[in-house]
Amino acid sequence: MNFIMSLVAVLALVLTAFLGIEAAGLRTFFSMAVPYVAFTLFIAGTVYRVLAWASSPVPFRIPTTAGQQKTFPWIKRNRFDNPANKKEVLGRMILEVLLFRSLFRNTKAEIEKGPKLYYQWEKWLWVGGLALHYSFLVILLRHLRFFTEPVPFFVQALGGMDSFLQVGLPGIYISDSVFMLAVIYLLVRRLIIPTVRYISLPGDYFPLILMLAIGVTGILTRYFTRVDLLKVKQLALGLAKFQSSAPEQVGTIFYIHLLLVCTLIAYFPFSKLMHAGGIFLSPTRNLPNDSRIRRHVNPWDYPVEVQTYAEYEERFREKMIEAGLPVAKEIAAGGPAVYPLTKK
Amino acid sequence: MAKLPKPSELALDYTLPKKGWMDAAVDFRPGTWSHAARAKNLEAAGLPNARQWSPADSDWKLPSNWKQIIFEGMRERLEKFRSLRIFMDICVRCGACADKCHFYLGSGDPKNMPVLRSELLRSIYRGEFTLAGKIMGSIAGARELTENVIKEWFYYFFQCTECRRCSVFCPFGIDTAEITMIGRELLNLLGLNIDWIAGSVANCRHTGNHLGIQPHAFKNMIEFLADEIEAVSGVRVQPTFNRKGAEILFITPSGDAFADPGTYTMMGYLMLFHEMGLDYTFSTYASEGGNFGMFTSHEMMKRLNAKMYAEAGRLGVKWLLGGECGHMWRAVNQYMDTMNGPADFLEVPKSPVTGTIFDNAASTKMVHIVEFTADLIRNGKLKLDPARNDNLVMTYHDSCNTSRGMGFFEEPRYVIKSVCNKFHEMPPETIREQTFCCGSGSGLNNDEFIEMRMRGGLPRANAVRHVEERHGVNALSCICAIDRSALTTLMDYWVPDVTVYGVHELVGNALVMKGESERTSDLRGDPLPGMEASEDENI
Ligand code: SF4
Ligand code: SF4
Repeated sequence: MNFIMSLVAVLALVLTAFLGIEAAGLRTFFSMAVPYVAFTLFIAGTVYRVLAWASSPVPFRIPTTAGQQKTFPWIKRNRFDNPANKKEVLGRMILEVLLFRSLFRNTKAEIEKGPKLYYQWEKWLWVGGLALHYSFLVILLRHLRFFTEPVPFFVQALGGMDSFLQVGLPGIYISDSVFMLAVIYLLVRRLIIPTVRYISLPGDYFPLILMLAIGVTGILTRYFTRVDLLKVKQLALGLAKFQSSAPEQVGTIFYIHLLLVCTLIAYFPFSKLMHAGGIFLSPTRNLPNDSRIRRHVNPWDYPVEVQTYAEYEERFREKMIEAGLPVAKEIAAGGPAVYPLTKK
Repeated sequence: MAKLPKPSELALDYTLPKKGWMDAAVDFRPGTWSHAARAKNLEAAGLPNARQWSPADSDWKLPSNWKQIIFEGMRERLEKFRSLRIFMDICVRCGACADKCHFYLGSGDPKNMPVLRSELLRSIYRGEFTLAGKIMGSIAGARELTENVIKEWFYYFFQCTECRRCSVFCPFGIDTAEITMIGRELLNLLGLNIDWIAGSVANCRHTGNHLGIQPHAFKNMIEFLADEIEAVSGVRVQPTFNRKGAEILFITPSGDAFADPGTYTMMGYLMLFHEMGLDYTFSTYASEGGNFGMFTSHEMMKRLNAKMYAEAGRLGVKWLLGGECGHMWRAVNQYMDTMNGPADFLEVPKSPVTGTIFDNAASTKMVHIVEFTADLIRNGKLKLDPARNDNLVMTYHDSCNTSRGMGFFEEPRYVIKSVCNKFHEMPPETIREQTFCCGSGSGLNNDEFIEMRMRGGLPRANAVRHVEERHGVNALSCICAIDRSALTTLMDYWVPDVTVYGVHELVGNALVMKGESERTSDLRGDPLPGMEASEDENI
């Protein structure tokens, strides 16, 4: 159900672009207004979200420790899984952000009669995740060639390396294939693993189907419908310099691709895709486990009601004296005072 | 007490319900929930909406403005805890955490997957605090807050032991334990707590410990244990109480004073301190290391924890030494200094025996007893006879809190291997940072919750059974008071031939004391290896 809903949403987007261009001829709208609006939403949304996160303080130091802490010099500690200072935290964060360290730990639990539990090797999610993110990055960088003149050296080099393996069609990009495979894997996985399917929301299918559609239309633009790339580049350069006109004679498929990409950009800050930013602020990962060494201050700390020793002794004085426990105040004539419990 | 099925009859069913998870109705089946906090305990703990009620009732007697209380409570906490804000926003539902929770593995209930446990709260957050959720409702993953949702929260937030195993595997470090902690805070605003926690909190507030042991009884109990030590070793230990001017204040969970097998661990501490001639004192006022406030709210954690520094200051000690406990050490390591520090009236801890300075406790001024002992052994200060533990084929359970809230792995292993000759690790996916919970943590070690405890403890028990079958392991050691009691019950159920030991009980067994008589029995009064025959002769 959630899957169908997301699929329909993406198809509706495709149809919108198709009709918008073919029937209504809204070229300027789709090539100028939509990208600007999307980009504005992206920037504003992202800034808003990050500021909202950052505006909440970190009252306690709660890193999840996943390795030996720093103690004696003769005990080998694990700097990356249990950082003791900011430098080591940086190491942990680099491993998390660039290599998905935590996901790499993944295992799969199997239960057999008995009952007997097994934990199996399961790195496919990690592989799929890495593949998706890195191929996306490469594709993104490759697209810079549309927005720059002259095209920077590294973008050219990247494009060259990316098309190094010539499989079938001339110059097919490795990143395109990896991206498509990764998206399909993640989507299929979501659909066929019962628990993952059970937890999936429309917001989990939508970006995957959207990316799939972006991939398909992108590949179509490049290999099959022979979109005039020079025109596209003119448009992109114009957009980047805020001086552009809608190009004629660029295939409709390009407009569909563009609308889907714009949707992804605009949708990003308002969805789970913001995990990309959240990981940097995650308090279980970006703090050193050093709160026994250095004091961490809670900015909203406030005094609380505590039963004091005096109140305690007041209550138990007689029994304490009888048991030979030292007391601060001997019993006054007339027996122990009534225990005064301070109400909050 | 709910009827507990035999291990062979405990049904494990992982089929997912037809209905999606957003349907909040919960079946309160006996054995899977804990009794409601009694009015008198809520009152004594200073918690709101004290009344008689039961989760099995249909009317939970919530305050009339309960919705408003929850929404305001959420708003306040979103503003106070970045953790909450981030964790509400960035879960991608990848499912990596799903099969990492012992309660999911043991129950097959999908809402025990950490991701769904969090979604229970997240869906309400989306509906009230995000634009998408307000406009698109369930399409954006939002739900309406109803009484059923509150009941569901109660059921599942008191079915999470705050063990943090899920957070090790989450690519963004989303810590469902943190969400549970905050979820319980919200429930407590409506007077929804369980009695096992509220009762302990109330006791701790008034008598200084969870068990409600009064000062004279506390002293009597420790002295009784001193008698036991004399009977085993011929050495008389001399613990002191509430003594001003001692160098060290020693605080351990009260379970070590009153509940077997924790008491044997306490005997181990007493013997060690005596042998080292430590200038230390107990306190009857700060007689609880554990902190059930942690399972109620951050504020309650702070209130109960405050006694440690307060008493250290009153007695004028130099530093604090803490016993074997799990959640106590998460509180000490991650919260105490922030909540109740700075402890600048204390000194950076220095072992009076070895001269080692504990730089790693430079700010909190509190040292873990296992660190302390590891340092003693490393410096050759203890005379040990590990052969006295030769009847034990040992394995070790890492407590969740010391593992994932501290990273305390090597010291206990070093100590255990110094006092036991036979040691085998459980499989790597079940120890250290990946350790499985005993199933009874975070205040859930009560009788009425027994079925769920045995289910939640299944992955741990399974790993023990694995080493039992493979290496003949018959002993399970741990450094946590709740473990000592909970794992004993768990082993009786799943792996009956395995006995549970605290690490310092093993130290006490192996420790060769000055002037001791020849030992024939261990601290439990059972014959030492090789002494069985002489026992028989006596009979
Ligand atoms: S592992 Fe983290 S991101 Fe993935 S489903 Fe669990 S909580 Fe969400
Ligand atoms: S903290 Fe532990 S008990 Fe709670 S959801 Fe995570 S794995 Fe399960």
